[in-house]
Amino acid sequence: MTRLERLGLVEARTLLRRRAIGAVELTRACLAAMERNRALNAFITETPERALAMAEAADARLARGEGGPLEGLPIAVKDLFCTEGVRTTAGSKILANFVPPYESTVTARLWAAGAVLLGKTNLDEFAMGSSNTTSAFGPVVNPWTPAGSSPPFVPGGSSGGSAAAVAGFLCPAATGTDTGGSIRQPASFCGIVGIKPTYGRCSRFGIVAFASSLDQAGAFARSVADAALLLQAMAGFDPKDSTSAELPVPDWSGELRGRVKGLRIGIPKEYRLDGMPSEIETLWARGADWLRAQGAELVEVSLPHTRYALPTYYIVAPAEASSNLARYDGMRYGLRVTGRDLVDTYKKTRGEGFGAEVRRRILIGTYVLSAGYYDAYYLKAQKVRRRIVEDFEAAFARCDALLTPTAPSAAFRIGERSDDPVAMYLNDVFTVTVNLAGLPGISVPAGLSAAGLPLGLQVIGKPWDEATVLEVARALEEAAEFRALPPGVVEA
Amino acid sequence: MPLDRATVARVADLARIAVPEEQLDALAGELSGILAWVEQLGEVDTQGIEPLRSVHPIRRAWRPDVVADGFCREAILANAPEREDGFFVVPRVVE
Repeated sequence: MTRLERLGLVEARTLLRRRAIGAVELTRACLAAMERNRALNAFITETPERALAMAEAADARLARGEGGPLEGLPIAVKDLFCTEGVRTTAGSKILANFVPPYESTVTARLWAAGAVLLGKTNLDEFAMGSSNTTSAFGPVVNPWTPAGSSPPFVPGGSSGGSAAAVAGFLCPAATGTDTGGSIRQPASFCGIVGIKPTYGRCSRFGIVAFASSLDQAGAFARSVADAALLLQAMAGFDPKDSTSAELPVPDWSGELRGRVKGLRIGIPKEYRLDGMPSEIETLWARGADWLRAQGAELVEVSLPHTRYALPTYYIVAPAEASSNLARYDGMRYGLRVTGRDLVDTYKKTRGEGFGAEVRRRILIGTYVLSAGYYDAYYLKAQKVRRRIVEDFEAAFARCDALLTPTAPSAAFRIGERSDDPVAMYLNDVFTVTVNLAGLPGISVPAGLSAAGLPLGLQVIGKPWDEATVLEVARALEEAAEFRALPPGVVEA
Repeated sequence: MPLDRATVARVADLARIAVPEEQLDALAGELSGILAWVEQLGEVDTQGIEPLRSVHPIRRAWRPDVVADGFCREAILANAPEREDGFFVVPRVVE
């Protein structure tokens, strides 16, 4: 058996249960792939000893005919999930040496299901970014960068390390978080599947908070079935998160058939942007044709407030971030830079601990929440947010799911779009609406750009209807037959 | 409304973030650019619209008033930048 690191979750699970391969063997193959591909900078912390110990325990359970739904499957975890005894940095200098004394609920569920931790993946600092270039641990390289091509392509962000690790065959699957598109946009840029479930599906307990009304955990994998399997193990009610939903988690992976016959798929007309590359438009039309050919009915719908979603997000998210990040004061954990007095210590700690984009967002958030501006900015944004939710409610009265492009372009190069914050924010134009409305969304690789880079299509569903989102995604996956391989991966 | 350097300095002070003098102008430019862009929200008619604070109805979560954890001083102090005798050491706050 060669190239075990290329196996998907479902395939590997079958082989593990049959004892055709061992969890230790599979884990070693992934660890070796990680080591060969360190130039991608996908991981901030690798955990080989822990991985092998977990894999050995999994092999013992499998040998006894026991084990959970992910028994022996190695995965990577975005370095925003607290992992007990394993450094958790959030991609920030301020948490560079933070070792959590507790485990996030999502990762605790994964270990209970038998998964093996390979390491913690790189990300934009505090998940603030769309290119993984704001990380204090350096940018991540998209494995779709051809050898010698410089500067490299970005993997997207903020979950860029997770996306690059899965796309580059360093691991079969990884966790991510998505506040404005941070799972779906990197999935599109890296040619893999990325799903963000309904707000409240996964517990936020133990995930370093960015914008609490928008943050949601989700899954990366190389197939829809694998993503469904991982998400199923992550999701579920948690009394430690008051926004987590007390709803049963359906058997998404077991029920997946890719049947779209009779479904009504909405095409939101406002997602046709001026100046959008024609290849994105073509891909979108092709996706609609694929679903029509499989028996779905396509309907045009309107989401009239789409263009206001990004400006709304860039008030709501920084406002929540400025409040959430107030906890980093250098007193009980994290970096401390000593100043003249208490206030000066706070200022120096935060001034040196936070990078430029995080500082910018905290300042915007502080400003829009400050006396005299709260109504004009924050309250106004919360009202527009309701209009955006109402748009989706009206659209979903006429269809079962929506089909859109995931991002307005393919991956760009490291350093591009970094001069103008607003130009970078526009990456999330098609994904951010979904967070504002708390809906489930998935990105499926659907084709290549003229430059040979992956492009994704997004399926958006009704609240709690991940099942339909996954069915439509599976149908797209089957029709797209995306088989292209990233050129920037170092083989054994 | 563009932000001037005095406003940026005031906001940075509120946010307890040290910003070097020489960065104030550049930061004022960036923040003004972002604010000018978000101001397009003024075009949206929000008369009579309730602000949205949570996408799902917030449930009041009740639990019995019992001790759920504790006795974990070592875990709490494990990441302290400075500690002494089982306490956090912080800068002097009372002169």
